[in-house]
Amino acid sequence: MVDKQTITEVQVDELVDKAVLMKGQGYRLVQISCTYKERFEITYSFDKDYELVHYRIYAGRDEEILSISQIFFSAFLYENEMKDLFGVRIKNIAIDYEGGLYRVAKKTPFAPQDKEEEEAKNV
Amino acid sequence: MSKRSIVPFGPQHPVLPEPIHLDLVLEDEKVVEAIPSIGFVHRGLEKLVEKKEFTEYVYVAERICGICSFMHGMGYCQAVENIMGIRIPERAEYLRTLWAELSRIHSHLLWLGLLADAFGFESLFMHCWKLREQILDIFEATTGGRVIFSVCKIGGVRKDIDQDTLKGIVTVLDKMQKELKELTDVFIEDYSVKHRLVGVGVLSKQEAHDVGAVGPMMRASGIAQDMRMLGYAAYKYLDFEPVVETDGDCYARTLVRIREIYQSMDLIRQCAARMPEGEIEEKFKGMPAGERYERLEQPRGEVIYYVKANGTKFLDRVRVRTPTFANVPALLKVLQGCDLADVPMMVLTIDPCISCTER
Amino acid sequence: MTVMRFAGYIIKNLFQKPATNLYPVKNQKCFDRTRGHVAIDIDACIFCGMCSRKCPTGAIGVDRNQKRWDIERLKCIQCSCCVEVCPKKCLSMENAYTAPSRGSVKDVFHARVPDNQPDR
Repeated sequence: MVDKQTITEVQVDELVDKAVLMKGQGYRLVQISCTYKERFEITYSFDKDYELVHYRIYAGRDEEILSISQIFFSAFLYENEMKDLFGVRIKNIAIDYEGGLYRVAKKTPFAPQDKEEEEAKNV
Repeated sequence: MSKRSIVPFGPQHPVLPEPIHLDLVLEDEKVVEAIPSIGFVHRGLEKLVEKKEFTEYVYVAERICGICSFMHGMGYCQAVENIMGIRIPERAEYLRTLWAELSRIHSHLLWLGLLADAFGFESLFMHCWKLREQILDIFEATTGGRVIFSVCKIGGVRKDIDQDTLKGIVTVLDKMQKELKELTDVFIEDYSVKHRLVGVGVLSKQEAHDVGAVGPMMRASGIAQDMRMLGYAAYKYLDFEPVVETDGDCYARTLVRIREIYQSMDLIRQCAARMPEGEIEEKFKGMPAGERYERLEQPRGEVIYYVKANGTKFLDRVRVRTPTFANVPALLKVLQGCDLADVPMMVLTIDPCISCTER
Repeated sequence: MTVMRFAGYIIKNLFQKPATNLYPVKNQKCFDRTRGHVAIDIDACIFCGMCSRKCPTGAIGVDRNQKRWDIERLKCIQCSCCVEVCPKKCLSMENAYTAPSRGSVKDVFHARVPDNQPDR
């Protein structure tokens, strides 16, 4: 049994407009997930009446992304987790724990390793 | 002008089942805000996907949590089966539903016991867990393990249940229903229990929608959504409705979970009556390629599995968004304005499963 | 308003024997399908190594030259993958749990070598 799901790609600067549209139509934020494969793929999922809609943005390693926690309050937790684990740069989170949410021994453990490995080889 | 003080709550606390740290900002016994901090049981399970093949990752996925262990394995298997286009036999779907509903009963009974312990009623806590032992015996008799079953695999299930055992399960549940009715009457009608639960931690319907609550938190505030209505596994063949209450306080959440236990027993009886004969697994060949978001209803709420595969035997990414993670903003909202003595009640009312949250 | 509703249970409980079992002093009841530990019939084993490859935790070690099969008991998660995949069906899942211990427990099994060597 496969239910209806649509994944749409949007640009980084269209993200906040899409979020406002979703809120106006009564959708709720379900999750924000992040994958790294040559660049960050961040997917925002919204749900209304059992129908899932996904919006995906592609961002480079050092690109800055605007937070949607001013529109969807619950997004602040997912964005803090992405900052702590992956090192994604997000601005204007409603409540920003500045690295204090996840207590891990190594900073950003899931972040791409290549820059640090190159520096270690050169030393 | 009252002074503010900060009280650290957790990770070690007699009432907490799992370690979570909250910094409570207090003004004279009333909590003004709470700052969470997690990461005490982080095991990096999502990174293990680079080392374990996709058929072996089922064992890792099952061990994300001890209470909702079967549904994690089932969710992962369903996500990979949907990517590869495998259709599992009907008997396997019914068997998975049976074990999933038994998991729901045992998880809610565990939670009722912890709630009783949180307000100091230890003998009720012990009694709830004594009833729960009968369900764990059913698990051991049918799958071989009490907590971790290792019975789900990609393509179906690994063990079968014969007709006599099914009748035995229904008999045990019928006997348990009578004892359960006496137990839940204590929760619903006893004066001291009601005094601690009614009117505490109110979350209105609009607030629950805005803050993104899931599961019984959401259903106790009046939003009627249950992911089992999507119709995965054998739920499309069974008849049921989501259990809803409208008050939005701790008492309403307790009522929702108690009613869900009775609903699960009814679903198990329907499953046992309608189970068809047939195979229990489907052999498959090939590697998965593609991605999928799978949604299930765990005892604590809605869980999402995101699986991304690239055609080799190692998956690209597995991400689990557990219901407790989605309920943390609701917890922070509900904690504002409550008394310090009610904090354990609030933390328990979202049914925290921190090992799920941190993977 | 009902007060002390639970009082009936408490009084009944005073006169019943305890509901818990003093494990490991007394034996725990187990069922047919209980997954306790893995046992091997070493004489039937052909040392193909399939169980070692399939084991998710890497608890099994197989040495074909020395005809030796060993298992790290505390690494085994009792998943029965090795039992299902063995071509000679010499592995089986027994009911008794491994006793708790400190440190690692490794069980080694050697196959019996025949006494009379064939004539060359």
